Amino acid sequence: MAEPFISTPVMAATAQSPIADALLPGEYGNLAIGAQVALSERFGLAICDVCAWPGLETKTANAIKRATGLAVTKRRDAVGEAAQGFQHAPGRWTVIAEDPSLAERLTRAVSANATVVDLAHGRTCLRIAGEAGTSVLAKLFAIDFAEKAFPVAKGLATSHHAVLAQIQRVDAQTFDLLVFRSYARTFFHALTRASEEFGYRIVPPRAGEPET
Amino acid sequence: MIIPCPFCGPRDLAEFTYHGDAARAAARPAHGSTDQEAWDRHVYDRRNPAGSHAEIWQHAGGCRSHLRVVRDTRTHEITETTLYAPEVSQ
Repeated sequence: MAEPFISTPVMAATAQSPIADALLPGEYGNLAIGAQVALSERFGLAICDVCAWPGLETKTANAIKRATGLAVTKRRDAVGEAAQGFQHAPGRWTVIAEDPSLAERLTRAVSANATVVDLAHGRTCLRIAGEAGTSVLAKLFAIDFAEKAFPVAKGLATSHHAVLAQIQRVDAQTFDLLVFRSYARTFFHALTRASEEFGYRIVPPRAGEPET
Repeated sequence: MIIPCPFCGPRDLAEFTYHGDAARAAARPAHGSTDQEAWDRHVYDRRNPAGSHAEIWQHAGGCRSHLRVVRDTRTHEITETTLYAPEVSQ
């Protein structure tokens, strides 16, 4: 087989956040009982879409497992230490990781069973955490966020009006939201407005990431 | 209206896009045909039932799959949804 095409990883040193001007650390909204929601951006992530060819879904899930250590199957999504993966459509997985070599590892692992598209430049990952997180999300999406219906590790695709969003539950009170980079500024604004009644805290970027 | 997507589960109508009648249309005339009536039948003539109706929908705001949905046009009751596997034809 010919050497596969490997996309150029995100260059964290020069990349810029699409919500940098809105990501102003602090506490906002109704703080009567303190901030009940924390909002942050997971900046510079490697984000890949893995699409299995028909009939090769199980082999593709196994390849994702080999490449990332995630216990994904055709029926189960996963959140691991170094990566997260979920099936957002039949035979299609979103896989995200801090490690910029994700696209290369996935491309080599899936071989001819699937295609890997590096979406790191096109998606923005926002994180919402805290006890009011599900209440905020329920205002934006027609999705049942109860843990019984939306268990930890499960991911899905939905939309907030025209803004397509993929959502994965990282733990009981934490969700990662992947939105189109070009909509991220607008969506982040909607997220902050929806969070106002609960009081929200914007978490500063971590050391080593661009200052806002 | 809520459509039960076979992959995503029940979702709001707003996430779906209607892609037309899933019932087989009248045969497509040959490419060079100038038979007006045959083209009219192919393009426009549908059963338009008051009752159970097979339709193609796309879950555009979710898993993006195309679905075959059987909906009652009088009550909007949905009795069947499956992933759409179009026949290769015409």
